[in-house]
Amino acid sequence: MSDKVYMVPNPPTPNKAVEFNPDICSGCNLCVDVCPTDVMMPNPEKKKPPIVLYPEECWYCGGCVEECPRPGAITMLHPTQQRISMNWKRKDTGELFRLGMKNPPPPNTRPPSG
Amino acid sequence: MSTWHEYIQRNASIPEWPYPINYGKVNEVVTDVLVIGGGVAGCQAAINAAKKGVKVAIAERGHAKRSGSGGAGVDHWHGAVTNPCSKVTPEMYTRACYDSMQGYTGGHVRYIITKESWDTLLDCEQMGIQIRDVNDEFKGADFRDEETKLMFAYDYENKHIIRVWGYDIKPKLYEEAKRVGVNIYNRMMVTSLLTEGGNQGARVVGATGVDTHTGEFYVFRSKATVIATGGAGRLSVFAPEITASGTMADMNSAGVGQAIGWNAGAEFVCTEASGPGGLVGFGYAPYSTANASNTYHGTPIVDADGKEVPWIDVFGRELKTVEDRFLPQEGQQFQLGIGIGISRTNQEFRLNDINPDLPERLRRGEFKLPLYADMTRLSEMERRCIWGMMVGNEGKTRIPIYDTYTKAGFDPDKDMMQAPVMPLEGYFNACYWAGGPNTPPTVRGMGGGGFLLDWDLKTNLEGLYAAAGGTIFGGGCHGESHTTGRYAGRHAAEYAKTAAEPVADSRQIEAEKTHSYSAVKQSKEGNGWKEINAAIARIMRDYCGRHKNELTLNLGLRLLNELKTTELASAYASNPHELGRLLECHALISVGELVIKASLERKASNSILDFHRLDYPEMDPPEWQKLLPIKQVDDKVEVRDLPLDFHLKPPYAPTYEENYQLHCGS
Ligand SMILES: Cc1cc2nc3c(=O)[nH]c(=O)nc-3n(C[C@H](O)[C@H](O)[C@H](O)COP(=O)(O)OP(=O)(O)OC[C@H]3O[C@@H](n4cnc5c(N)ncnc54)[C@H](O)[C@@H]3O)c2cc1C
Repeated sequence: MSDKVYMVPNPPTPNKAVEFNPDICSGCNLCVDVCPTDVMMPNPEKKKPPIVLYPEECWYCGGCVEECPRPGAITMLHPTQQRISMNWKRKDTGELFRLGMKNPPPPNTRPPSG
Repeated sequence: MSTWHEYIQRNASIPEWPYPINYGKVNEVVTDVLVIGGGVAGCQAAINAAKKGVKVAIAERGHAKRSGSGGAGVDHWHGAVTNPCSKVTPEMYTRACYDSMQGYTGGHVRYIITKESWDTLLDCEQMGIQIRDVNDEFKGADFRDEETKLMFAYDYENKHIIRVWGYDIKPKLYEEAKRVGVNIYNRMMVTSLLTEGGNQGARVVGATGVDTHTGEFYVFRSKATVIATGGAGRLSVFAPEITASGTMADMNSAGVGQAIGWNAGAEFVCTEASGPGGLVGFGYAPYSTANASNTYHGTPIVDADGKEVPWIDVFGRELKTVEDRFLPQEGQQFQLGIGIGISRTNQEFRLNDINPDLPERLRRGEFKLPLYADMTRLSEMERRCIWGMMVGNEGKTRIPIYDTYTKAGFDPDKDMMQAPVMPLEGYFNACYWAGGPNTPPTVRGMGGGGFLLDWDLKTNLEGLYAAAGGTIFGGGCHGESHTTGRYAGRHAAEYAKTAAEPVADSRQIEAEKTHSYSAVKQSKEGNGWKEINAAIARIMRDYCGRHKNELTLNLGLRLLNELKTTELASAYASNPHELGRLLECHALISVGELVIKASLERKASNSILDFHRLDYPEMDPPEWQKLLPIKQVDDKVEVRDLPLDFHLKPPYAPTYEENYQLHCGS
């Protein structure tokens, strides 16, 4: 890790689009292979997670997540300005929730049909 | 580690391009049928051509396993009117579309779609796509047929739109294409069609392309070619920093099929038509969050105090029950559904909706913002169907919505999803994520125009066929795209069986090659592709927006040409990805020219085409109720008149069915 400070362009908007968990990702690059718009590139270091190079070209289709053989290795991240508008309210208690909130409720584990 | 920025900060070095680069290296592919665009239409075209025993190749911009608007899934399949439960006939459906559009949609294409949509869906079932409730999860539901286990959307009485578990439809199509021996070339940015002798208007004998990983050049020689590249989303809206291209489609939607067809001399109709766009990605909630339209049709909407907003039928009568929302009402024949490529629907075929006076009632304080989609008010079957089945399978919703929301704790049995908070006008219909009239008026898209095809789905050019949703005049949605692909693929294969060997013109190839690599040879100071794309979109919005006249249109043409010879000519691509995007900018300029030239030819305003000529303000003069097919001959525009019902006039037979029987082949 370098402590130097570099001249780099501003982080793109959205910053990430997808995020990798390096402990789970094996660097197989299956997600890289199928992404319709080449959002990610293989990491020069083998077995390392891909590099998100063109996040602003992401279409948020989630194909990379579906392709991934290791659940949890890759997460699709809606841009913050979208997450901020993904709100819901519990009907009987009136509690408010938001995607990305600090203390989220436990996950609903019911899988989709099919 | 995830992003480029992180990589730089950690490693203090810029990673090299990960694929071996070989600009200019020529690869030759010889095939019987070439399919350009491996979306759902393209894959179907390829599969059905290959099943006829000919050699088939797909050239796909992304990766055919998941690319295209249909690549992210589908939850409802339109036009399957010949399924055993349907009360609608191909004739009825075609007439409903054609009459609603007052003739400005390809009736022949619609008829082909409705004749074969159900058979196409059965093909998909063979490939492993679930189209029935085989697990009896919805046994007894009013949208399910107990015998066939089919489930229906929108109109539970007439049963012609089928709910499907299509989240994996594209991977399945891809596997099938490989199984039947289709050669798939991914990351292929197709740049031009090759014609006999290199002449505009001559037989199409292949295409050229650039691999956007390696930069290598590809020459495809084919006896028959099918264009299936989808729409042109980036033409007048370009806002990737906000979300994707800023349109419904992904970044690869750059009108390349239309551009290469136009430059080769293919004929188009209604490309002067445009329509208002949506706010998809413009900072509002993502596609398919709280609303009561499309996938969520029928979902109860309540206000901040939990008071439900009323639904009405198309005649303004309030609907008493949730069940009524899914049924045609007195005075209606059947309900067509939305999103099928037509911009207006006659009352007798329209859907029930939330009362369009809601903005007014919100203003009066009768309802309080924010609104919520309250699925808890649905029957358990309907709730599980809309959220668990449809949102779980629809394009861009399985991971982005179902998976994301449920992991974050959302439970449709207990929770209400908040609709976007926006200026009140946006609540005039139930599709809140699209923003309705709050969309800036400059955000417009192409409105149903495209390649003019005959009853074989062939263009005016020998050897060139087209299929798909956004690419052709008369195209529709997901199922329709599969179906036209299947039909066009069959016809392309039949033609290829007896066609002469394709002979490509070496000068044309050389010229295309020079053009293709121009951007990697420019000074590194040159503009990048985003800057150029944004400028193209600006020209289209300003000079060919909703209101136009002869002068603005000609100025628009002039500016497109300026761009081509200045900023775009000197634009620089630092790697094959940027090169592909810049080549798309060239295509966007060609499509822009096609749109503007078609707009110049229609010297009358037209309400169906949402076409407003300030210099010809009279709306819908009868002498202009016609199609104006447009093409290039020796780079000059040639236009002719064509009656709206040309598909039932000589040389064609007078009825839909006769023409279908004469042309469908087997
Ligand atoms: C989010 C979303 C949800 C939808 N849900 C439904 C639904 O539930 N029901 C329904 O009926 N319809 C739905 N639709 C519409 C439907 O998906 C489209 O109408 C359909 O996918 C169009 O198919 P297509 O093959 O014509 O185009 P696409 O699927 O867009 O395929 C076009 C292909 O061409 C490729 N291509 C583009 N340019 C080039 C080039 N230069 N060289 C090579 N290849 C190229 C693209 O990469 C792409 O793979 C939805 C659309 C979206 C965006």
